[in-house]
Amino acid sequence: METIILFAPLIGALIAGFGWKFIGETAAQYVSTGLLMLAAGLSWVVFLSFDGVTQSIQILPWIESGTFATDWAIRLDRLTATMLIVINSVSALVHLYSFGYMAHDENFKEGENYKARFFAYLSFFTFAMLMLVTADNLVQMFFGWEGVGVASYLLINFYFRKPSANAAAMKAFIVNRVGDFAFILGIAGLYLLADSVKFEDIFAYMPTLAEQTIRFLWTDWSAPNLLAFLLFVGAMGKSAQLLLHTWLPDAMEGPTPVSALIHAATMVTAGVFLVCRMSPLMEFAPVATNFVVIVGAITAFFAATVGLVQNDIKRVIAYSTCSQLGYMFVAAGLGVYSVAMFHLLTHAFFKAMLFLGAGSVIHGMHHEQDMRNYGGLRKKLPVTFWAMMIGTLAITGVGIPLLYVGFPVGFAGFVSKDAIIESAFVGSTFAFWMLVIAAFMTSFYSWRLMFLTFYGKPRGDKHTHEHAHESPSVMLVPLVVLAFGAIFAGMAFYKPYFGSQESVDKFFGIGMKKGEAHAYFDAPTLVASAYAAGAKADGDHSDHDRSQVPGEGAIFIGADNHMIHEAHLVPKWVKLSPFFAMLFGFILSWYMYIRRPDLPTKLAENQWPLYNFLLNKWYFDELYDAVFVRPAKSLGRFLWTRGDVGIIDGGINGLALGIVPFFTRLAGRLQSGYIFTYAFSMVIGLVVLITWMTLTAG
Amino acid sequence: MDNLLSIVTFLPLLGALILALFLRGDDEAAQRNAKWVALWATAATFVFSIFILTGFDASNTGFQFVEEHTWLMGLTYKMGVDGISVLFVMLTTFLMPLVIASCWGVTHRVKEYMIAFLLLETLMLGVFCALDMVLFYLFFEAGLIPMFLIIGIWGGANRIYASFKFFLYTFLGSVLMLVAMVTMYIEAGTTDIPTLLSFEFDSAVLDLFGFHILGGLQTLLFLAFFASFAVKMPMWPVHTWLPDAHVQAPTAGSVVLAAILLKMGGYGFLRFSLPMFPVGSEILSPLVLWMSAIAIVYTSLVALVQEDMKKLIAYSSVAHMGFVTMGIFAANQQGVDGAIFQMISHGFISGALFLCVGVIYDRMHTRDIDAYGGLVNRMPAYALVFMFFTMANVGLPGTSGFVGEFLTIIGVFQVNTWVAMVAATGVILSAGYALWLYRRVVMGDLIKESLKTITDMTRLERAIFAPLVVMTLLLGIYPSLVTDIIGPSVSALVQNYDVAVSAFDAAAQTAEIAAH
Repeated sequence: METIILFAPLIGALIAGFGWKFIGETAAQYVSTGLLMLAAGLSWVVFLSFDGVTQSIQILPWIESGTFATDWAIRLDRLTATMLIVINSVSALVHLYSFGYMAHDENFKEGENYKARFFAYLSFFTFAMLMLVTADNLVQMFFGWEGVGVASYLLINFYFRKPSANAAAMKAFIVNRVGDFAFILGIAGLYLLADSVKFEDIFAYMPTLAEQTIRFLWTDWSAPNLLAFLLFVGAMGKSAQLLLHTWLPDAMEGPTPVSALIHAATMVTAGVFLVCRMSPLMEFAPVATNFVVIVGAITAFFAATVGLVQNDIKRVIAYSTCSQLGYMFVAAGLGVYSVAMFHLLTHAFFKAMLFLGAGSVIHGMHHEQDMRNYGGLRKKLPVTFWAMMIGTLAITGVGIPLLYVGFPVGFAGFVSKDAIIESAFVGSTFAFWMLVIAAFMTSFYSWRLMFLTFYGKPRGDKHTHEHAHESPSVMLVPLVVLAFGAIFAGMAFYKPYFGSQESVDKFFGIGMKKGEAHAYFDAPTLVASAYAAGAKADGDHSDHDRSQVPGEGAIFIGADNHMIHEAHLVPKWVKLSPFFAMLFGFILSWYMYIRRPDLPTKLAENQWPLYNFLLNKWYFDELYDAVFVRPAKSLGRFLWTRGDVGIIDGGINGLALGIVPFFTRLAGRLQSGYIFTYAFSMVIGLVVLITWMTLTAG
Repeated sequence: MDNLLSIVTFLPLLGALILALFLRGDDEAAQRNAKWVALWATAATFVFSIFILTGFDASNTGFQFVEEHTWLMGLTYKMGVDGISVLFVMLTTFLMPLVIASCWGVTHRVKEYMIAFLLLETLMLGVFCALDMVLFYLFFEAGLIPMFLIIGIWGGANRIYASFKFFLYTFLGSVLMLVAMVTMYIEAGTTDIPTLLSFEFDSAVLDLFGFHILGGLQTLLFLAFFASFAVKMPMWPVHTWLPDAHVQAPTAGSVVLAAILLKMGGYGFLRFSLPMFPVGSEILSPLVLWMSAIAIVYTSLVALVQEDMKKLIAYSSVAHMGFVTMGIFAANQQGVDGAIFQMISHGFISGALFLCVGVIYDRMHTRDIDAYGGLVNRMPAYALVFMFFTMANVGLPGTSGFVGEFLTIIGVFQVNTWVAMVAATGVILSAGYALWLYRRVVMGDLIKESLKTITDMTRLERAIFAPLVVMTLLLGIYPSLVTDIIGPSVSALVQNYDVAVSAFDAAAQTAEIAAH
């Protein structure tokens, strides 16, 4: 079944990509969408019936060289199962949505075939992403890692006539490669010490590795810290964390369904997945995980500040994604991997929905993306409006604080984000405050987006507003489905991901031997049984003795990591803080965009240095251009003209100066066709020379 | 068949002789016949070479299919293949029919052109099969001549300069190799390569003109061979002949040059330098590793600013060969496996990239990147193929380009992390220049008037690319096809190397020199 899940999208991609000429574009779309629906359905079956014990399925040997051996294989554990449902559900819905969104596209000429190509890319992306999460070794993971990079490149570049799309696609690929560079070194280092790249072997080796040092560059380093750091740099690239984030906003050049699937729900979360996957390494790398927390917290803060002032609807959501990924990294870095995965899961639902909603608005507004030209669209796009509203309620974290009925009551983002913020309070005060401030800003820019788009008076081109229309139902169905996720995912999955150490352990198969394995979800009762298990354990957290061997279960939690337990015991004001941050954000946004719509402009004028600083994204692009791009080109030019042509060729030519007259004479002869004579004389001369040398030498 | 290797090696020569002796005239029919004869000759060579592969026993690390005959003036004709060389033979026989097919549009002196390629194939196969030093030298040097002619006669406007630069560069390097070979003969009393492989050359400190040379004779011999192979590779800083040669060479010439001729240097390192002079290699390997790392970064940066498509790909070739030398002189299983894999893979990928340039050069007669843009609008199939090989060139996992690059980095990381880190930046830079090229040529809107009527790839062109795509994917997904064959031989090579190196006490020698 896992094999079917993995390869169905690949088959879909091949049929849509190469077979559409024979079966037609529409059929190609149906086939690829159908296969993804199948994969999504099976993923849910796998997720719900999974018993917590890691399975592995060999497919084919891959790279083998001496003791270095990798396979094409599937590793199935709770992390993989979680990712399977995220990837395949969102992907199937995005496929469906694309039927409507891509039906007519003014970027293409009449009669051009682009739809099958689009679906092929989407399916190919899904396949690569599945390879990433099902990998049983780091190299196969790297295959998926790069595969999604290519798919992302192709999809950002989908409107290939637009120079901005071309540039954005290149940028995405190259910035990701900066991360990959560190990733490769991390793999090499792990192989050097653990003598394997298979997760199973690496994890089992971790307690030994924890004590080791590794020689890297000028000095010896603590092995776990260095390797965790290198892998995390890889994650920073893929997950657009600060310093390597610049590609993500530009990636919005791609069609909107792509942004929903790749640049919100799945690909960008691969970095979080990597950190969680490597939890046995992370648990022994305190310095590196501190770095993860700091980078995550700063990213959450930084991206939120930029999101405050952007005018392009997709860019606002893109920065919001960047910021939310920061939240996930804080959780992963603090050692509450299950919470990071929890937020990843809920975020996938509500962020994909926000993007698809934005796509619906863009579609209805004839590809207008500037929010300054929106306004008052509530009536024209009622379903989209309600979907976006649910998404906004989810991302800003609306819920009833302190109420606990076996689970907290609130939208998905409320449950998972608060879980992160509570954990942050235990682990890092800095991260806690950054995240609370970011929560305030998240609320502000999310409501700003809602108010500018759906409330107030129509602005911009009158004609566009008159023709604004609700999207077809094929686009609205995915919105509704995702809306369910955005409302209930948090409450439904609270227990297994954050409920208590016991329920998390059980869910992730931690400390579970083969014999005692049983399904977490019993088919009819599903989640209910989890609550029973959790409720029993709720009473006594403290004396729970844990002695886990790394590699057992999906994540590894060190013996002195009691984060989940402690996160439940934080003071009341901590639990309330994100709620009030959200509330203040909403009120301020309401005041500025509904009550006093003239205020933002005035503020931007008064505070223009700050405004421009934010609007220009802290000038990272300009900085990188000046520090990396242009110097690289000038250096290249310098090495070419001075190095190759000047010094090397100059030197050679100087040496050959004596032979130049011979050159010219010969050149004359060449043109008159004597070259064969010359060649044969050379062969004969060569033979004579060697023979003579050999004989006399003997 | 006892003389299978000779059959495979000289079959193309037979084709060349038939053309030279029996084909008359230069009309269209004669031209077509010349092409067909060449195609049949190379195809037959490929078919025969398959028997080498099927009959090859990978677990045997010695030489197989060995033939030995006495030759004129007391020389020996000895041929044979082992795990290291057999795949180079296969690479050559596989690519040559495609090269011939890519010349189908040539009309200038077709007969001679075909003869040159057939002759070249024989000489290249000879290099990989020769088990006698003199024979090796003969094939190795004579291989220059047909290539020299191909560039000099069928090349671009500045072909004379390029062909002489190519010739002089490589020829000067090989003079030193010749001296080294004579010395080896004096020392060991034989030119038989298997015997030389087990001969231990003196590594005691040598005093030369007042200099004390660590590793003695081995170091000197290593350096002499290095001079020749480094030029052939080509390694930085003796690489500048390659871009010029490529730019001036006709498409098919570029393909052979990049795909096969460059591999002769790497093969030489593996056949001579590493096993015969392990001490010399060990002493100088830091130098070689750094030259490789510099090559990767330096040439990638230079590639970034090229305006000529062929030059850009030529520089990228130099960078990829940097991974090869780096892997070889990491001298461990992953490094050497990776180096050989990289050479094989680069044969397919660089060959295909030069063919990609050829496709549009045939239509527009310019290699200027600025002359293109937006080709995807009219050439979707071409855009797909070019994208595929661009990604393979960048080293995307799943294509063969990844395996070699990755294994060499893994290999060198165990030896020198600085070099590994510098080399790994190639991962970023290669994405930079390759995608930048692709963007300027293929992406964007089609605005240029001259391109408005350009046509997509013909059926023949597609047929030429198809096998290359298949091989690139196949080796990327199932690299064991290669590593199973080379593995045992490489393992033996690395073990012998380690034994020889551990027996050599560098510290004692250094102390001895210091005491002088």
